[in-house]
Amino acid sequence: MTTLALDATPGPARRTLAAFAGNKLALTGALVLLALLAFCFLGPLIHPTDQIHTDLSQTNLAPGAGHPLGTTDLGYDMLGRLMHGGRTSLEVGLAAGVLATLFGTVYGAVAGYFGGWADAAMMRVTDAALAIPALFLLVVVATIVTPSKPVLILVIASVAWLSPARLVRGEALALRGRDYLHAMRLMGGGGGRAVFRHILPNAVGTVMVNATFQIADAILYVAYLSFLGLSLPPPAADWGSMLSAGITYTQVGHWWLIFPPGLAIVLVVAAFHCIGDGLRDAFDVRLENLGRS
Amino acid sequence: MTHPLLRIEDLRVEIAGRDRTVHALDGVSLDLAPGDSLGIVGESGCGKTMTALSVLRLLPPGGRITGGRILFDGTDLAAAPEPVLRGIRGNTLGMVFQDPLTCLNPTLTIGAQVAEPLLLHGSLSKAEARSRAEEMLRLVGLPRPAERMAHYPHQLSGGMRQRVAIAMALICEPRLLIADEPTTALDASTRHQILELIDDLRERLGMALILVTHDLGVIARRVDRVAVMYGGRIAERAPVRRLFTTPRHRYTQALLAALPERATAGRPPAGIPGLPPSLLTRPTGCRFAPRCGFAGDRCRTTEPDLAGGEHSFACFHPVDPAVTRTDPAAAATDPAAGLRAPAAPPERSDEPLLRLSGVAKTYPLRAGPFARRRSGEGRAGEISAVAGISLTVRRGETFGIVGESGSGKSTLGRLIVGLEAPTEGTIRFAGRDISTLTRRELRAHRRNVQLMFQDSYAAMDPRMRVGAVLREPLVIQGIGNKAEQRRRIAELLDDVGLPRGAVDRYPHEFSGGQRQRLGLARALALAPALVVADEPLSALDVSVQAQILRLMRELQREKGIGYLFISHDLAVVRHLADTVGVMYLGKLVETGPARSVLTRPLHPYTQGLLATVSPPDPDAAAPGTPLSGEAPSAAAPPSGCRFRTRCPHAVALCADSEPPVAEPFVAGHRVACHLV
Repeated sequence: MTTLALDATPGPARRTLAAFAGNKLALTGALVLLALLAFCFLGPLIHPTDQIHTDLSQTNLAPGAGHPLGTTDLGYDMLGRLMHGGRTSLEVGLAAGVLATLFGTVYGAVAGYFGGWADAAMMRVTDAALAIPALFLLVVVATIVTPSKPVLILVIASVAWLSPARLVRGEALALRGRDYLHAMRLMGGGGGRAVFRHILPNAVGTVMVNATFQIADAILYVAYLSFLGLSLPPPAADWGSMLSAGITYTQVGHWWLIFPPGLAIVLVVAAFHCIGDGLRDAFDVRLENLGRS
Repeated sequence: MTHPLLRIEDLRVEIAGRDRTVHALDGVSLDLAPGDSLGIVGESGCGKTMTALSVLRLLPPGGRITGGRILFDGTDLAAAPEPVLRGIRGNTLGMVFQDPLTCLNPTLTIGAQVAEPLLLHGSLSKAEARSRAEEMLRLVGLPRPAERMAHYPHQLSGGMRQRVAIAMALICEPRLLIADEPTTALDASTRHQILELIDDLRERLGMALILVTHDLGVIARRVDRVAVMYGGRIAERAPVRRLFTTPRHRYTQALLAALPERATAGRPPAGIPGLPPSLLTRPTGCRFAPRCGFAGDRCRTTEPDLAGGEHSFACFHPVDPAVTRTDPAAAATDPAAGLRAPAAPPERSDEPLLRLSGVAKTYPLRAGPFARRRSGEGRAGEISAVAGISLTVRRGETFGIVGESGSGKSTLGRLIVGLEAPTEGTIRFAGRDISTLTRRELRAHRRNVQLMFQDSYAAMDPRMRVGAVLREPLVIQGIGNKAEQRRRIAELLDDVGLPRGAVDRYPHEFSGGQRQRLGLARALALAPALVVADEPLSALDVSVQAQILRLMRELQREKGIGYLFISHDLAVVRHLADTVGVMYLGKLVETGPARSVLTRPLHPYTQGLLATVSPPDPDAAAPGTPLSGEAPSAAAPPSGCRFRTRCPHAVALCADSEPPVAEPFVAGHRVACHLV
């Protein structure tokens, strides 16, 4: 620290990444997630199946040659369906999680930074929304509107944005009193700059950690909804609806209808949680280093 | 003394971190006779606190003693097992830390905490311990001790808490008291009282004292001997008078030369360039050599040993004692010596730049759900932070604001830069009332006044590189294109003496002094006419303070900037300011030319404040009666003259009416006191 070498120091993002890479659990989570993504999106290239037309001559086949994971009650190839359904689950979950995080973050930052009247009004809105049970809201909305991917994404995001909003508002309240925001105001800078240049970048750690949990939650919401039969109409599928369909056959012992989608949900949610934990630790490491002078 | 109470022999301490090891202490040896007092001084990071903590074996996580012995009363503390140490700590070995709040438990009453060591170490009953505790609290000068026993720490002021901490340390009548920066967090008047208290108690209880401090003024008249530490080693060890009159080590000499109290008009305080070694590796040669102007080849290759008897030093090129005696840097401080020459800088004029008239700021007291009802009752629910201040700052001049904490100096600074709006009165800048400016005009006005923060690090976005930090004001104000901005940033870095490569670094990579330079660079980016500097030096070592002071003066001379310099440190203000204003509880009690106010103070508060300053000279006693007591709360300021509750001369009139501002002797030297 005493000498200023010529090369630039790595930025906070790079340092966070380095700390993340050093965390085995987080790395495992990331690898599992990558593997699942590859499975769902690249898998059909290796294992092409027909997921549109039913084949009633091939229903409920146990795993075997030609059908590594057997077939469903409508004769779809289970492995192919797992890939097909995973696409829906991941797409909707990711999009809803990201959308909720983006909206909630900006909402919270604005409320927290401007404070006063605006804050009070904006936060009463979130309080009111939080008072409604999320699943109930989702069920009501899903019964009114015909589900499609964009609808699902919007519906889930409309419930999920509340938690990042409150989180970021707290962060913004704390950051608002920092001297560097006073300094910026003294330079003549306004609210937009404060929110987008100072508060959001400094809250990014909290936001990113929260985003991973949001995505995991969104994937679970998709599963809940489809399990209740409120998801995309057939022949579209996702892991939740597959579980729902398979549950009828538990008594008969058709395990291959339940375990693969169930396991996939557990894996993807666990992977996101591992990544989130790893990110949190990585951001903490960075902060710890910053604190030391 | 033949049998020392404490003997540290060749002590070595290492602190292992995640991926590096700091050699914090490297061969420290000390002796302390019973009843003797030793001061340990040096810059931060030189091992002062580590030495104190090693004696108590309270090293930070990862720290361990790797060599040497600590003989305390015959026991080797470096090797003693934990139960033995517990029997010694707080019993025969007392300690006082810097922050009195963190070492008191907020959930226990004062009485219980002071009595605790007695119950741990002694065989006293609870009732006996309580009565001893009360006696001790009386001894440390806590008013109404019996009542205070039932209070919690948050109900006491900082000075009172430090008294309680001292009472805790002394309750078992230790043979040695270790005080680590006991007064650094306190105001000048409180500092003076606490130091007097430690002095007095030491004499009465006959204990030995180790006083660790970065403030040479604190040790000058309080200890018998001084050890100067540098880079984890002792650089010089001498009786206190010898050290101040004839320092031998070049580091000690440099430290003394950096004191603003020792500066004269023709010789500003000289900072020490560079930083103390990081101690990640054990340096070869003299540790001070990289920063020493006298270092030769031998200094860089061979480590000098601490040699000599009572006055020993580790230096190959020691200061010639004959020279030091005549060196003005080491001459006894004359009260007027630190005053700035009245010679005006070139661009200074009598044109008023900033004019405050009757500026007041009150904050509503909000506590709990009944806040609104209370504030309806009127003045009872308000804190009067700044109360009716009128002053004028001329272009290019330095206006120093001094006062204790809670006097409203920082609030005044925030009002002037426009972070807050005054409740009453007007602030005019270059003739224009800033409260009447439109949004656009206000944005443009920001170019005129900038704030230099006490902690520049906190005032910089930790996620921005220095380049972006310095560019931000230019971007906001829309000055220049990218290339011009880059040129301007390079200029600013040159101005404050930082390498241009700094733009790619983050603020946390800089040292305290460098960050303060960055803060100054950013404040200057918009070429303001006035920079409000709120305690810009208080977090810095004296060696670095001197550098920043010099830089601020140089830039003022070059660019004709005016400063409003807020500080509790009279020596610094005396050195920098042309005009001084003294604040007490939101009022400006005295203002005028620095020379006049600081040498012939008229207001009893200013007189008391000046008397609390401990000059870094063992022979110089500050004249006058130092302030006693503490400032009352700004939520309920005294009627009439706000200072009357602490004023030694107060009469009935003072309580009845507010004193008018008068200008009795010197032109421009105004004072608000009934008795002048």
